[in-house]
Amino acid sequence: MSEWVIEAQDIEKTYQMGEVEVSALCGVSFQIAAGEVVSIMGPSGSGKSTLMNILGCLDRPTKGTYMLDGESVEAMTDDELASIRNRKVGFVFQSFNLLSRSTALMNVELPMRYAGVKSGREEKAREALIRVGLGERMNHRPTELSGGQQQRVAIARALINDPAILMADEPTGNLDSKSGKEIMNLILNLNKERGTTIIIVTHDPNIASQTGRVLRLRDGLLESG
Amino acid sequence: MNIGQAIIEALESLLSNKMRAGLTILGIVIGVAAVVAMLAVGTGAQNSISNSINGIGTNLLFVASGSFQRQQNATVQRIEPLTQQDAQALTDPLQAPDVAAVAPIIQGNLDVSYNGEQETVQVTGVTPDFATVRNVTLSDGDFISDDQQQGGSMVAVIGPTTADNLFGTHVGVVGDTIRVAGQPFRVIGVLTSRGGGSFGNEDDLIYVPLNTAQLRLLHRPNYQVDMIYVSAVSSDAINSASDEIAEVLRERHHDKVGQDDFTILSQQDILSTAQSITSVLTVFLGGIAAISLLVGGIGIMNIMLVSVTERTREIGLRKAIGARKRDILIQFLTESSLLSLFGGLIGIALGWLIGFVVGRVAISLGTDLEPVVSLQAILLATLFSTAVGLFFGIYPANRAANLQPVDALRYE
Repeated sequence: MSEWVIEAQDIEKTYQMGEVEVSALCGVSFQIAAGEVVSIMGPSGSGKSTLMNILGCLDRPTKGTYMLDGESVEAMTDDELASIRNRKVGFVFQSFNLLSRSTALMNVELPMRYAGVKSGREEKAREALIRVGLGERMNHRPTELSGGQQQRVAIARALINDPAILMADEPTGNLDSKSGKEIMNLILNLNKERGTTIIIVTHDPNIASQTGRVLRLRDGLLESG
Repeated sequence: MNIGQAIIEALESLLSNKMRAGLTILGIVIGVAAVVAMLAVGTGAQNSISNSINGIGTNLLFVASGSFQRQQNATVQRIEPLTQQDAQALTDPLQAPDVAAVAPIIQGNLDVSYNGEQETVQVTGVTPDFATVRNVTLSDGDFISDDQQQGGSMVAVIGPTTADNLFGTHVGVVGDTIRVAGQPFRVIGVLTSRGGGSFGNEDDLIYVPLNTAQLRLLHRPNYQVDMIYVSAVSSDAINSASDEIAEVLRERHHDKVGQDDFTILSQQDILSTAQSITSVLTVFLGGIAAISLLVGGIGIMNIMLVSVTERTREIGLRKAIGARKRDILIQFLTESSLLSLFGGLIGIALGWLIGFVVGRVAISLGTDLEPVVSLQAILLATLFSTAVGLFFGIYPANRAANLQPVDALRYE
């Protein structure tokens, strides 16, 4: 077992756009150690979303190898990938992506349901919501919550299965600066308290400066990091 | 994800768009209601026909002259009519031990009048045994006696409708005298009302003694009869009674083998013919109703496809946090099955109501029809509608399950 949570080796990703092949990633290699806080930066079209999708096991690389927490991901079936995402990755999205019909509590429980957890789900979901400071609003639906509160629910959901890494895609992009700061503090505290590895995709240099390491992408290649 | 949770989630999702869910299940509701109502009315009609056929007598056999097989056997040369002597021969306990009673009849439509009221009524010449063979019951007076038959008395038993038409009432008319084809007949009894049956109106008719009819009203040559009713000693003896009758008649008519010039029908024959007709009708109508179920199913598929498209991002999110194909498949299949299950349940209630209303209308029109909603019909409708939902849900659910999480999350 290596000390790396993420080992990416010569990752390439090409998309077929009609007749034309478009390379989004042209051979990217790096490692991320357990407990690191890393941000991925780059202008739009640099391939950072593609990299994020591959790191989050939402997509497979066209070439190269990717080990997530010691498991090789390239050859996995869709359902095996789903299981990896469920157990090892927590996602926080720019647009929160909560289920609008379900309460905060139900939203947080959902990953446990897909994990097949039979009992104690509600208890655990409550604890997670209390930890992100939403103890009072567990039975509210997303429409009854502010943007910052919704993102807290999303973070509670991302952490509920104790993942190896937390992937945040522009987590503060849809928030005002005050709640953006609160969310960033929450995420960074998680790293301090629980040692969760955190990867943040962002445009914002302010946010990047709060992370321990910055991976800069340009035209599908790693510039620095 | 277990099924219980899947159902709860599906319910939440359906309830979040009640109007759409309601309109979607309308097709299934109508389809199931039609199927249930058709089956209920069909079964009711069948029961009502069976009852009226059973009501015409007990262990009854009909003997008529002529052969239904004539077309196949064009060689039946000569049809000898049935006669009173033939009927007499059938009562011989040695030759026909399984025959309980024999009732030959002659029949014709004659003018009947009372006090200037006149109408044309079916007049039947019968023997006293007719009452037992055909389960004749009287609301007033007596049936024709042996003495009246032997002596050719000028007496008549009349149906309640006939009594109403002639006298304006069917109570207290026994003892009055009516004229049948101009000749005076004393009314000795009034029949119990049976209502309109499958065998014509059994309330508007007149029975007179066979001998009287033969001598004074209908004059059949050589004592021919139009038909002979025979009742067997028991329901088990119907077949053997039928064989015995055939044997006796063949001998008397000198028929060659396979060339009977008479036909024997049992109540059962008539019953099964009637039943096969009504069941063909029921299946036919049910089939038409099933087509509307199919249309309802396509409606469900349509809406589920819209729903999958609408919820692409939700599907992507679910996949991102660990939903497998199977989970998404189950989620959408549960929704479509629940939709059609609800449609089915509402449809059953509606179909029941329709059947009930049809029954009421039939009764008010004088036909005794009690729609029967059987357990099988309910189970069939429920199963079938759920199956329709499941079947038409497969395509949309598959489409949802096969979405790639990256594409689904990016979908706007």
